[in-house]
Amino acid sequence: MENHRFVLVGVGGQGTILASNLLAEIGLLLGLDVKKAEIHGMSQRGGSVVSNVVWGNPVYSPVIGQGEADTLIAFEKLEALRYLPLLKLSGRVFINCHKIEPITVSSGKQVYPGDTVIENALRQRASMILWIPANEIAEKIGNIRVANSVMIGAVLKTLEIDFEYGIKALEKVIQPQYRELNLQALTAGFEWQPE
Amino acid sequence: MKRLLSGNEAVARGAWTAGAVVGSGYPGTPSTEILETFALYPGVYAEWAPNEKVALDVAIGAAYAGRRAFATMKHVGLNVAADSLFYAAMTGIEAGLVIVSADDPSMHSSQNEQDNRQYAKFARIPCLDPADSQEAHDFTISAFNLSEQFDTPVLLRLTTRVCHTSTTVEITEQRFTPSERIKYPRNIAKYVMVPANARRRHGVIEHRIQEVSQYAETFPHNRMEMRSPRLGIITGGIAYQYAREVFPDASILKLGMVYPVPSKMIKQFASMVERLIVLEELDPFIEHQVRLLGIDVYRGNQDLDSSKSIFPVVGELNAQIVRVSAIEAGLIQDIHDHEGFQISGVELPQRPPVLCPGCPHRGAFFVLSKLKVPVNGDIGCYTLGLTEPLNAIHTCGCMGASIGVAHGAAVAGDQERHVAVVGDSTFFHTGIPALINVLYNRSNVITIIMDNRVTGMTGHQDNPGTGKTLQGKETVEVDIEKVVKALGFTHVKTVNGYDVENIEKTLKEWMKMTEPAVLITREECALLPEARMKYVPLEVIEEKCNGCTMCFRVGCPAISKSEKLDPQYQRPLAVIDPALCTGCEICAQVCPRDAILFRNQVLPKAEV
Repeated sequence: MENHRFVLVGVGGQGTILASNLLAEIGLLLGLDVKKAEIHGMSQRGGSVVSNVVWGNPVYSPVIGQGEADTLIAFEKLEALRYLPLLKLSGRVFINCHKIEPITVSSGKQVYPGDTVIENALRQRASMILWIPANEIAEKIGNIRVANSVMIGAVLKTLEIDFEYGIKALEKVIQPQYRELNLQALTAGFEWQPE
Repeated sequence: MKRLLSGNEAVARGAWTAGAVVGSGYPGTPSTEILETFALYPGVYAEWAPNEKVALDVAIGAAYAGRRAFATMKHVGLNVAADSLFYAAMTGIEAGLVIVSADDPSMHSSQNEQDNRQYAKFARIPCLDPADSQEAHDFTISAFNLSEQFDTPVLLRLTTRVCHTSTTVEITEQRFTPSERIKYPRNIAKYVMVPANARRRHGVIEHRIQEVSQYAETFPHNRMEMRSPRLGIITGGIAYQYAREVFPDASILKLGMVYPVPSKMIKQFASMVERLIVLEELDPFIEHQVRLLGIDVYRGNQDLDSSKSIFPVVGELNAQIVRVSAIEAGLIQDIHDHEGFQISGVELPQRPPVLCPGCPHRGAFFVLSKLKVPVNGDIGCYTLGLTEPLNAIHTCGCMGASIGVAHGAAVAGDQERHVAVVGDSTFFHTGIPALINVLYNRSNVITIIMDNRVTGMTGHQDNPGTGKTLQGKETVEVDIEKVVKALGFTHVKTVNGYDVENIEKTLKEWMKMTEPAVLITREECALLPEARMKYVPLEVIEEKCNGCTMCFRVGCPAISKSEKLDPQYQRPLAVIDPALCTGCEICAQVCPRDAILFRNQVLPKAEV
């Protein structure tokens, strides 16, 4: 197959890396070659986080360059915009309807763009944009920390990947005590319907 | 059995399989996870040393004692350990010795960009450069074997993309059992580097590297992949992946050993292709060796003065950068949309790394920013004191530099009072000798040791001050205050990192004195599990807040401007995000209107 390149972006503490582990494991279960690259930046919390997952047969470069990503998965709205140049023309965007103000905004120096501005910018590049209320869904399940699994559930659904692969990947990647919660989140994301 | 492993995990696994029994290192991105993973294997000893030089000496001692050993560090760590690298290259070893250097092209988390393959050539030792996790695993095993075969340390050079990329790895459950233990050598001609012995050894190691060079011709990880003869690419390390991606039809000479290179193989490869290029990240390291063989390397339309052909010498490569350079050099047709898409019509707010909510370093930085003194910083989370609105770090070079730089400015006669800021782990790393210098040579530097009870930025590693070892054993807790007092400092004080008033009072008093002083701001990192148990999010009383902005000046991500305005001044009120606030109370202390509740005011409310 042609390579499928995913870029996962978020803010430190949102579980971006765990979500990319899940996606990488799903690729392996599908019998594909997989590479997953992450960057550990300078800050533990609150900094921008990006991870690349590439499925293919075989995969060479683990790094996704400008205009090369098939799918952009953003756990935070502003980060979707920041990494949009990585998306190829007519790529897909999964965006969590969640805002985390950076210090540049809370200190009043810069302005956080509104949803319409974000949507319009994404439209310049993407053919499909899914706004997912992943934090809300996760909160209903009982923990906002599983918003990442909600997002991956929605990705599986859109890519028409059998849900069983998601369950098996959870078993490999998530520690036993958090599996049930993440399974609920993955299911909720998979079953979620855009309004 | 195939597993998805990061390059770092693969090196740890390879080291275990190769029978390494000692691993020592100092944490540093992107190398840290190697030892963290190795420490979990059965039958190994793994430790965090106070710095990379000590780590390498430890590995050398173990290898002298006939046990396979390795030392791990980031690229700049090898600068610290360079002294040891060079003597170990001279003496050789009794059992395999591998030095793992994790380079950071593009400086994702580093102060300078350097290509540590150069160290191999400098010290006359072989260098292996893997391209993925499978190779990271296999090359680690090869490195131990090579080390023993040629009686030399071997440099295993990784880069961020190899360290932190997970790819599938075939591993075995069998572990190499080393031969019988030897008696610690008394071979002074080989192991005591006094000039007479060292002079003889220099000839030995020059001969040795010639032998390795011969061996490189048959080294199994140097291989030719013949495809179309029109373009031939010599490459090594992660650049191999970009070569395969961008030039799928090209023939490739893939060098697993990038120093010394197999000259016959290179000549043969060059004769089999019509056009030859070298594709490598950072320095033209392979390229220079190829050109020294008198082989013509295609340079596109570049002038002859540029030291590296076709591809950038600065920064990390990726397939896109390689493609663009190749198009410019006329190697491939422009088929892709590589024009770089720019988002138009939106100003994108930056998200710079910041001190976390509840960071115990914030108190001292808030005071320093008020005092407006020059602050010389060091390497660690506290470097982030440089960010808005604190702006409280003015220089930062390398591990342990803060105190020496501050002293230098002071003895040069700079009129301002200089402050040095150093973390607990950095204090143990290289801070202590510099602090002795301040005392011995009598400058008035005020040193602040920000002791957050852990090595923070690299992801919470233990250090000599934490009372725990890498393998989780209880140990002595080196008391920083006692160490500083034992050196002979008379003005030494430990305060809580959140105690803004006390920090301010102490620093202001010391500014009036002429003697040097040491302030230890002590409080555990707010992200440690024990600290997380104590979170109590604070609250703003809207009726009391008038939007004076004082609390915004502490630069905490948990405090932001609310949409509500103060009725009198029309200024936005402060609001605290309960999901981020830890309850460190720094904002509550600086609020002039008591509009932010302290923990003991919030707690009773919650209990009602």
